[in-house]
Amino acid sequence: MSADDLYRELILDHYKSPRHRGRLDPADACAEGQNPLCGDELTVTLRFGADGETIEEIAFEGQGCAISQAAASMLSEEVVGRNASEVAAIDKDDSPLVAMMIESGTPLTPIRLKCALLGLGVLKVALHKSVGTQLPEEWKGVEEVEFE
Amino acid sequence: MALKQSTRIDAARIRADFPIFDELVNGKPLAFLDSAVSAHKPRFVLEALEEFYEHSYGNVGRGVYALAERANEAYEQAREKVREFVNARSPREIVFTRNTTEGINLVAYAWGLDNLGPGDVVLTTELEHHSNFVPWQEVARRTGATFKAIPVSGEGELELDALDQLGRDGNVKLVAVTAVSNSLGTIVPVEKLIRFAHDQGAIAVIDAAQAVPHRVVDVQALGCDFLAFSGHKMCGPSGVGVLYGRSELLERMSPFNTGGGMIRRVSVEKTTWAELPHKFEAGTPPVAEAVALGAAVDYLSGIGLEAIAAHEHELTAYALERLEGQPGLTLYGPPLERRAGIVSFNLEGIHPHDVAQILDAEGVCVRAGHHCNQPLMRRLGVSATSRASFYLYSLPEEVDRLVAGLERAREIFS
Repeated sequence: MSADDLYRELILDHYKSPRHRGRLDPADACAEGQNPLCGDELTVTLRFGADGETIEEIAFEGQGCAISQAAASMLSEEVVGRNASEVAAIDKDDSPLVAMMIESGTPLTPIRLKCALLGLGVLKVALHKSVGTQLPEEWKGVEEVEFE
Repeated sequence: MALKQSTRIDAARIRADFPIFDELVNGKPLAFLDSAVSAHKPRFVLEALEEFYEHSYGNVGRGVYALAERANEAYEQAREKVREFVNARSPREIVFTRNTTEGINLVAYAWGLDNLGPGDVVLTTELEHHSNFVPWQEVARRTGATFKAIPVSGEGELELDALDQLGRDGNVKLVAVTAVSNSLGTIVPVEKLIRFAHDQGAIAVIDAAQAVPHRVVDVQALGCDFLAFSGHKMCGPSGVGVLYGRSELLERMSPFNTGGGMIRRVSVEKTTWAELPHKFEAGTPPVAEAVALGAAVDYLSGIGLEAIAAHEHELTAYALERLEGQPGLTLYGPPLERRAGIVSFNLEGIHPHDVAQILDAEGVCVRAGHHCNQPLMRRLGVSATSRASFYLYSLPEEVDRLVAGLERAREIFS
């Protein structure tokens, strides 16, 4: 099995059997977001530990391409037990699926990168809304202009 | 393009970059003195356009195949070049439009309709091109706001003393002003007007159509809220322009055009908008034109805006000197030190259209008419002028040919 196959296997495994799937109810924080390019959608819910800032439980639900859903699944494994401000500071290139592809020598193209970063984006929005960590620049102004 | 940045430019050499100058017009080599209306294009920009269509063409923000990736990358790279060119903080603040007019209308409608109302004052000036005048008049009419214009002097400079009274009257919500007058070349002290706007709690919108192609424009140093310009006046293709907007304002604004490419999610119940700047780029944008505008930015930056401004200043000095002594000739506009590369004039007893036609027979291109400046023309007491304007490829010989053409016009009408 080549390295490429290995990465593909891992992504498909997370896509077909996503970890931390579903919706927490009640939750301490919640956010949803979309990637307009392929219509990917993700909603994240999470609960903090007694300190009010350590992520104790997280769940993603949504639909979309393999990259978007697998990236959220891999991210969920990474952030449980970590501090909100630490997670809010995760760089794009350090989100697990993106980092893996950079390491593989076949980094995601800019367009697919948007799919891969949807999970990290909505998670940062949820943390911003609940504990006031910094909102990623590309999400600024997105919430305010909704109309019902 | 192997041009190095220097303080002086060799216009004759630069001219060789522009295929149009190989053309004969009415059997004569071209003396093109109308760059203020639209500039010619260097081979470097034309090749970038062709190269993009031949090797990388695709729509943007839609496909995931390799060509779409290439097109997207080239389009966003062009945005980054423009960002750097005007020193915006982020590419999110650079919206591709069709032209300056569309950029100003975007602000008038997307900002104006939600932020203006009865009692508010929309302030512009008598110096403005119609593109920075009519949209404000119209949005004021629609919102019930009051429309006011700062008067200009007989030399075509803003009468800034009027600001004291305007400030005392209060309620100014928006100040829209040009950086350089398109018909007289007046360099407007926009910093003062931006400061006035902010002191009033108003936003400042700058029409930089005649500034960005010719001199260094730094949106952060200016501190303006919006600034619009066109690609075609800066050696780029027609059909693409730029609106710079402060992200804090763009984030809070509703979109201008709605439809494809500017949404995040659409359903019957609810629609949400895409992130900046895509929220303001509905429909297929001028992809190839934006890429070629990026090439124009590279071309101009390679030569250097300071050097271009200095070259135009020298030509303007020469033109004023040559024209001043001409019998029956009236010059309009401010003194040389406050004037960009634009010279407007009239010949006694000869309508500007007739002047322009006689000049055309000599291969000399000038603009004749009201220059989309009717309020200013009224202030100057004329219905039209002839206008010569200069750019990086303009030569002193072209000024000489203009003067010779004017002598011919006088002979014909004498």
